[in-house]
Amino acid sequence: MSVIVEGLVRRFGATAALDGVSLSIREGEFAALLGPSGSGKTTLLRVLAGLEPQEAGRVAIAGREMAGVPARERGIGVVFQNYALFRHMSVFDNIAFGLSVQPRGRRPDRAETAARVRELLRLTQIPELERRWPDQLSGGQRQRVALARALAIQPKLLLLDEPFGALDALVRREVRRWLRGLHERLGITTILVTHDQEEAMELADRVAVMDRGRIAQFDAPAAILDSPATPFVAGFVGEAARLEGAVGGGVLRFGQAALPPLAVSLPDGPALAFIRPWDLLAEPAAEAADQGRVRQVRPGSQAQPRVIVDLPGGVALDAMARPGVPLERGQPCRLRLLSAQVFGADGRRENAFPSDAQAERDETGLPRGAAGPGRLPLRSG
Amino acid sequence: MNATEDPRWFRALLALLAILTGLLLLALPLAAVFAEALRRGWDVARAAILEPDTLAAIRMTLIVAAISVPLNTVGGLAAAWCIAKHDFPGKRLLLVLVELPLSVSPVIAGLVFVLVFGLQGWLGPWLQARGIQVIFALPGLVLATLFVTFPFVARTVLPLMQDQGRAEEEAAATLGASGWQIFQRVTLPNIRWALLAGVLLCNARAMGEFGAVSVVSGHIRGQTNTMPLHVEILYNEYQFAGAAAVAALLALLGLVTLVAKSVLERLSGRRVSGAEGAPMRMLTVVSGGLLLPFVQV
Repeated sequence: MSVIVEGLVRRFGATAALDGVSLSIREGEFAALLGPSGSGKTTLLRVLAGLEPQEAGRVAIAGREMAGVPARERGIGVVFQNYALFRHMSVFDNIAFGLSVQPRGRRPDRAETAARVRELLRLTQIPELERRWPDQLSGGQRQRVALARALAIQPKLLLLDEPFGALDALVRREVRRWLRGLHERLGITTILVTHDQEEAMELADRVAVMDRGRIAQFDAPAAILDSPATPFVAGFVGEAARLEGAVGGGVLRFGQAALPPLAVSLPDGPALAFIRPWDLLAEPAAEAADQGRVRQVRPGSQAQPRVIVDLPGGVALDAMARPGVPLERGQPCRLRLLSAQVFGADGRRENAFPSDAQAERDETGLPRGAAGPGRLPLRSG
Repeated sequence: MNATEDPRWFRALLALLAILTGLLLLALPLAAVFAEALRRGWDVARAAILEPDTLAAIRMTLIVAAISVPLNTVGGLAAAWCIAKHDFPGKRLLLVLVELPLSVSPVIAGLVFVLVFGLQGWLGPWLQARGIQVIFALPGLVLATLFVTFPFVARTVLPLMQDQGRAEEEAAATLGASGWQIFQRVTLPNIRWALLAGVLLCNARAMGEFGAVSVVSGHIRGQTNTMPLHVEILYNEYQFAGAAAVAALLALLGLVTLVAKSVLERLSGRRVSGAEGAPMRMLTVVSGGLLLPFVQV
């Protein structure tokens, strides 16, 4: 079932939770609404479910206008953030609820209901929980019950509101894979609300990044990472650090001695650069006033650990250590910038790389002072 | 022992003090009522209760409770449901109104109805012209009782409803349930024990109310007397045996209510752990405090 949202507005008092949201989701697609808390993603989900009225704009689901259609007539499956299981009903009754409230003519009889519930229990891999009560279940089990309950009404659209929030990291990863598999199997159009970019990127076909009540970008995960549409998206996804700089004559400088300049084709003026940890290589260097210093070595891959580097001027950046070149806490180091997303004064974005001049200088390593022991020459490009 | 905990002997002392106070102020007077009622023997007490005016008072008390408790159950439930599950202008005002009878003296509540419905009251002439009697009759007793007992159901279910939020109702709505189905199958079962406790409290107060009912009743023996009023009349006429017997009966009704309520809480505590448990325990404390006035009689 396709979902079309146009110019949706929803205000709470003076603040607009949704400030003109437009979105078009294809049938069978798995879409994620990604954004920080307060960006309006849950409000959007609630408007789609019919739990929240809209002030302006339109919502059409499978071609049907949804204005004025109450939640109970929408036939949309919703998995709520805290699952909202009926606490006084057994797991079986929870799942059967959607069937038992159907009008008399359409309501399945007891045997049919039981068969459907058991089928859903099997699908969600929790047949042993049939007779249990919600307060006897773990977070992961509750989530599966909530999902089975939502699927019982055979929805054409499934809305998931932070469904992994209450799960611990290990379970979360496993449930994520399973959920994606289930989606492939059932083919139900699914919208997931999350503030966790890893989750959104792994699960969704397309991710809508939300920023203060608007959709900042709606694209495939790779496209969002590779070509973020706005500085907000660039800063929100990919753990990028945000650095201010100035463009002059096709070169971006950071006013930060320890960071090399980048070649850009942006107009002169202020610019914003977003640097991801894996675009920044840290390597040992000799002691110098303008040198960075390793603040912390994060456990990660043995071959290429991640480090946090303090730069003079109070800036701290996440970087990767050069493979095979160990760094220690407190050690002076220099940074090599491989690429960055740069937004110019005119709002244009560019994927910027080190200028040739710098590449050459790197080869000799001269302007940076004496090279430390174990420093490897780097071929740029 | 952690830092926030008082020493064991201190806690024991506090508990002992509380129990002693309870025994002295609550249990002892109650025991005295029963002792006094049975002092001249079972037969005397039985005779005093079977006296026609007393029987009429008992009947009147039961009728008033039978009318006002269901009305206030529905009304209180509706008020609590509105306040807990919906946002609307005037919500705070409604909350204040619900609590009003708890803060206004019952005598004033009674007086208000006399001022409105009495012969000299605003609606008095209009009512009299149509032969409708409110004051010094059953309708007045019911109105006064309704006013005084309104908060009990609402106040016992409201905290629980607010604590539970709207999530389950919303889930039910997305699953296709109608408003009535949601109320009947989700909201009501979630609060059933608290609701029953509230109803019992309401009933205890409805049977035990003295002040408001006293003003509107007119104390017409055999007609508009309720049990508490009858106790006073008998006492003022130096019929101590009769007064004690009726008082004991009334106290017994209160005790039965209390026991029923504790049993209900036991039942609910056994099935519902965690989230619902805490409010229910709080309810026990709060409602225990509310019950005290009725049990003393």
